Amino acid sequence: MAIERLLKDEATEEKGERARMASFIGAMAIADLVKTTLGPKGMDKILQSTDRGRSLTVTNDGATILKSLHIDNPAAKVLVDISKVQDDEVGDGTTSVVVLAGELLREAEKLTMAKIHPMTIIAGYRMAAECARNALLQRTMDNKQDPEKFREDLMKIAITTLSSKILSQDKEHFAKLAVDAVMRLKGSTNLEAIQIIKKAGGSLSDSFLDEGFILDKKIGIGQPKRIENAKILVANTAMDTDKVKIYGARVRVDSMAKVAQIEAAEKEKMREKVQKIVAHGINCFVNRQLIYNFPEELFADAGILAIEHADFDGIERLALVTGGEIASTFDNPESVKLGHCKLIEEIMIGEDKLIHFSGVEMGQACTIVLRGASSHVLDEAERSLHDALCVLSQTVNDTRVLFGGGWPEMVMARQVDELARRTPGKKSHAIEAFSRALQIIPTIIAGNAGLDSAELISQLRAEHHKENSKAGIDVITGNVGDMEKLGISESFKVKQAVLLSATEAAEMILRVDEIITCAPRKREDRM
Amino acid sequence: MNLNLRTDFTISTRHKYNGFHCALPSLLKLPISPLPRFSPAHFFQNPPVLSLSLSAASGGCGIRGGGGGCDLQKGEVAMALAFDEYGRPFIILREQEHKTRLRGLEAQKANIAAGKAVARILRTSLGPKGMDKMLQSPDGDVIITNDGATILEQMDVDNQIAKLMVELSRSQDYEIGDGTTGVVVLAGALLEQSEKLLERGIHPIRIAEGYEMASRIAWDHLEQISQKFEFSVTNIEPLVQTCSTTLSSKIVSRRKRDLAAIAVEAVLAVADLERRDVNLDLIKVEGKVGGKLEDTELVHGIIVDKDMSHPQMPKRIEDAKIAILTCPFEPPKPKTKHKVDIDTVEKFQTLRQQEQKYFDDMVQKCKDVGATLVICQWGFDDEANHLLMHRNLPAVRWVGGVELELIAIATGGRIVPRFQELTPEKLGRAGIVREKSFGTTKDRMLYIEQCANSRAVTIFIRGGNKMMIEETKRSIHDALCVARNLIRNNSIVYGGGSAEISCSVAVEAAADRHPGVEQYAIRAFAEALDAIPMALAENSGLQPIDTLTAVKSQQVKENNPYCGIDCNDVGTNDMREQDVFETLIGKQQQILLATQVVKMILKIDDVITPSDY
Repeated sequence: MAIERLLKDEATEEKGERARMASFIGAMAIADLVKTTLGPKGMDKILQSTDRGRSLTVTNDGATILKSLHIDNPAAKVLVDISKVQDDEVGDGTTSVVVLAGELLREAEKLTMAKIHPMTIIAGYRMAAECARNALLQRTMDNKQDPEKFREDLMKIAITTLSSKILSQDKEHFAKLAVDAVMRLKGSTNLEAIQIIKKAGGSLSDSFLDEGFILDKKIGIGQPKRIENAKILVANTAMDTDKVKIYGARVRVDSMAKVAQIEAAEKEKMREKVQKIVAHGINCFVNRQLIYNFPEELFADAGILAIEHADFDGIERLALVTGGEIASTFDNPESVKLGHCKLIEEIMIGEDKLIHFSGVEMGQACTIVLRGASSHVLDEAERSLHDALCVLSQTVNDTRVLFGGGWPEMVMARQVDELARRTPGKKSHAIEAFSRALQIIPTIIAGNAGLDSAELISQLRAEHHKENSKAGIDVITGNVGDMEKLGISESFKVKQAVLLSATEAAEMILRVDEIITCAPRKREDRM
Repeated sequence: MNLNLRTDFTISTRHKYNGFHCALPSLLKLPISPLPRFSPAHFFQNPPVLSLSLSAASGGCGIRGGGGGCDLQKGEVAMALAFDEYGRPFIILREQEHKTRLRGLEAQKANIAAGKAVARILRTSLGPKGMDKMLQSPDGDVIITNDGATILEQMDVDNQIAKLMVELSRSQDYEIGDGTTGVVVLAGALLEQSEKLLERGIHPIRIAEGYEMASRIAWDHLEQISQKFEFSVTNIEPLVQTCSTTLSSKIVSRRKRDLAAIAVEAVLAVADLERRDVNLDLIKVEGKVGGKLEDTELVHGIIVDKDMSHPQMPKRIEDAKIAILTCPFEPPKPKTKHKVDIDTVEKFQTLRQQEQKYFDDMVQKCKDVGATLVICQWGFDDEANHLLMHRNLPAVRWVGGVELELIAIATGGRIVPRFQELTPEKLGRAGIVREKSFGTTKDRMLYIEQCANSRAVTIFIRGGNKMMIEETKRSIHDALCVARNLIRNNSIVYGGGSAEISCSVAVEAAADRHPGVEQYAIRAFAEALDAIPMALAENSGLQPIDTLTAVKSQQVKENNPYCGIDCNDVGTNDMREQDVFETLIGKQQQILLATQVVKMILKIDDVITPSDY
C-alpha cells in the first residue's frame, strides 16, 4: 500500500539518477551561462533588475552576474556560492571557478553514464586536484627579494587581469594606477583605504590616482575655500540639537517665556560645544552627522571649514590618512589627536566640486578618480579595478606568480595526465577526465576570441610536452606564444583557489543522490 | 429505514463477524446522523475487504490476536455511536466526515510503510561510501549533508510515523552524537521484518516482546565482543583513529586524519579525565568561508566574530585584563515608567552635566579596576565609544551571550551586570588578544588566546563555501561526540558492520533455544541486523548478498567477530587491521533506541487524522 504523504504538501523529492541529472544540468547551465565572458575576448552580459527602476548593469564579472540571478536549482546555487566566495577571498577568477566546476561535472556526467560510481569519480578527482596543485607549486616564480622585478610582476598581473575587462583599452594606465595604489598599502589587504570616486564625463583614460584624499562633499557657505597647513578634527557627534540622552526626559513648561529660556539654554549649549571644538585650535572640522545652520554659522565665524554628513567609510578613511582620531567628546582638547594635512582646497572634477586634502601625513590611503562616458561604464570600470586591486593585494602577501594565457591549465593537465597513466583501477578514468576539464579552460578562452580552439589546444599540448615550456595562447595574434615574452602573468593564489574550490564544489554536487525540496515558505498576505 | 434497523444491524454484525480483525473502512466515512442511510444490503457489498483479513486473523498460529481484533470491532461501533438506556443514539466521535481514520492491521501496515520510506531515504547515506542529500529549505537555502539527524530535521516531514523516526534520529544525536543514520536504517529493517510477521498473523505485541528479548541478547553480546581500549593524554592515537572512522563517511574524509586529531585535541583540552566527563559546551566550533579545509585549526582560546568598537583602537593587546560586562555604555533606562520633567533652564543644565558624568563614570570605573579590554554584550553610545578610545581602553560591543559565557570561562573572569560591581578580581585574563582580517572584504575576527583557564577551545573551520563549512561543522560535532563517548567509556566495538553481523549470529542462535511465538520475532530481529552490513556493502558497490554471506560464514567459521565489510577496498575483512572502530555505547544505544521506536510503532492500531482545512 502506498503511503499517502510522507512529506508536506508541495515538498518534492528527487532520487538517485534523476537527482544527479537535475544537479548536473543545473550546474552546467550556470557554467555555460558565464562561459562566454571568459578571457580577454569574453563578451559582456546585460542584467536588468526586477525592481521598479529596471536598472541595468553591463558586466563580465562572473560573481556580479551570478549574484543577480534568481536561481531555483540547488546545485546551481552551490556554484553561485563558490563564485561569491572566490570574489570575497581573492577577488578575481570568479568566472573561471564556475566554468571549471561546470566542466568537472560535465566530465563526471559522462563517467556516470559509463557506470562508474560517483564515489570512484570523487576519489579520482581528489587525487588529480592534489597532483595539479603540486604541479603548479613546482612551477611558481617568486620575485620577493627583488622589488624592481616584483613590481614588474605586479604590473603584469594587473594587465592580465584588466585585459579581460572593460578597461582593456587603457590597461597599462589602469594597471599602473592599481599597482601604485596597492604598493601604498604596504602589505595590508585592507582595500577600504583605497577610495574609488566615480564621476561621469570625460573618457576612461582621464582617470587618475590622487595621492591625497578626496571627499565628495561641499564646503559650507561663507567658509574658507582653501586652507594651508590644516589641522583637522574628525568627529562623530550630533551637531543638530544635542539631545538629552537620559531616558524619559522631556520638557514640560507652563509659559511661553520658559520655552524661550530653554531654547536659549539649548542654543547656549550648542554654542559652548562649538567653542569647545574651536578650542582645539583647528581650522577644519569634519563631522559624520549633520551640522545645522546655527553651528555652521558659528564655525564660519571662527574661520573654520566645517564639513557635514561625511559617510562612515569616508570618516574612517579620513582619520586613517590624516592620522587624527575620531572624536565624540570635546572636553580635553590637549589630548585629542588632530589630523594634519598641507592643503585643503575645493577642486572641480567635471561639474562637481569636491574637497581635496593633499599632503596628508599617512601615505597609506589614496583615491582613484574614475572618469567615463556613462554610469554603466563607470560601474563596470569600478568592478574591474576592484578585481585588479584584490588580486594585487593578495599577491603582495603571497608573492608567488604563474604565467597566464592557459599556461597553468596546460601544466596541470600534463601532470594529471601522467598521474592517470600511473594509476591502476577505475579511478584513472576520473583523473583523465579531470585533465580534460582543465584543458577546456584554454579552449574556451580561444573559442571566445574566435580562434580555432581545437587546433590551438593541440599545438599547445604538443608544446607543453617539452620540459619547461612557457607556451600559452596569445589571443591577440591568435597563435601559441611565449608567455614570458608577452608578459602575461597570474597570481598563484588565485589559480590555487580556483582549482581547490571548483574541485570541492564538484565533489559536493557529485555526492548528492537525493534532492528534497521543502515547500516554499508562505508569504503573508499584506493586502 | 429507521433507528431500529441500525440497532439490528449492529447486533447482526457482532454475531456474524465475531472474530474479525479488520473493520469496515467505509463505515467510518458514513454520516452517523441521520443514521438510517445504511442498509444491510450495502454492507454485504463489502465483504471482500473483510474476508481478506479474516484469513489472516484466523489462519495465524493460534494466538490471542483474534480475540483482540474482536474487541476492537465492537469498540469501533461503540466509539462512533453509543446508546443510552432508552436506546437513543448519541455520538461520541463527532464529524466523522472530516477525519480520516485507519485501524487495525491496516494502520500497522501504513505505519510500517511510512517508517520504511524514511529509512529508505537514509539507507544510501550509510557508511564511508554513502551519498549525500541535498535539501532545499523553505527559504531556498541549500544544505548538503549525509548526517542522518540533519537530513530528517530539514525534511519537512508530515507523516506522524515519519516524525517518530525523526525523533529517533534526534535522540541518538543528543545522546551519542553519532550513528544517527544507522539507527534509522536499523529501525526501518526491524519494521520491514515485522511486516512479514504480521502477515503470518503474529500479534504485534508478541513481535514487540520478541524484539525486546532479542535486543537484550544483542546488547549483552556487544558487551562480550567489545574491547577495552587504552589511551592516555600522551597516547591519543587510538582516539584519533576512532574519530577518523566517524569522519570517513563525511565529505571531509579527504582530511579526516587532521580533523580527527584536531577534534581529539580539543576534547582532551576540555576533558575532565578524573571524572571521565567532557563538557562539549566548552568547545566552540566557528567557521568562516574562504581559504581551504587544510587551514582549519584549533585555537586554544576563543574566537569572536566581532571587531573593536572603534576603528582606531589597538588591534593587539598583550596580557589583557578583560572586563566582561552585560550593561550598555548608555544612560540608564530604569524599568519603571518615569518621566523627568524639565521646566527650568537650571534643570536643563544639570541634566546635561549629569549625562556627561554618567559616561565619564562608566569609563572611569572600568579604568580604575585595571581593565585593558572591555567586552560588552550591548551597544555603546557614540560619546562613550570615543571616551573609551580616548582613555586608551579598547572595547568590543554586541558580543553574544553564549560567547560571553565562554570568554568568562576561558579567561577566568566573571560576568559583571553593573558597573558598580566591577572589581579587579572579576577581570578575566588572556595572554594575547588580537584582531585578524580575512579576504578582500572587511571581515575581521577577534582572537582571545593564552587564556588564564585553558579549558575552552575553539575549532576554527575554513572551507570553500558555506555549505562545506556547515557540513564540516556537523562532521566535527560528530567526531567530538565520539571522542567524548570514548572518554566516558573506553569500550569499543569494531565497525564496518562486523558488530551487527556478530550480533545477528548470536541472536539467531539464541532464537532456536526460545520456545513460543517470540522465536519468530527474535529470528526476524537477527535478519534485521543484517540490513546494516547489507546497506554498507550496497553503498560501496559490492554485491550485498554475496558479501554478507561470505563475511558471515567467515565469522562463524573462524569464530572471529571482527570480520566486516571491506568498504574502502583495502583487501582485508578484519576490522582490527583496518582500524575501524565505533564506540560500544553508541552501538548499544542504536539497538536500544531502534527497538523501542519499533515497539511503539507496532503498538499503534488506530490512527485518526483530522482533515486539512
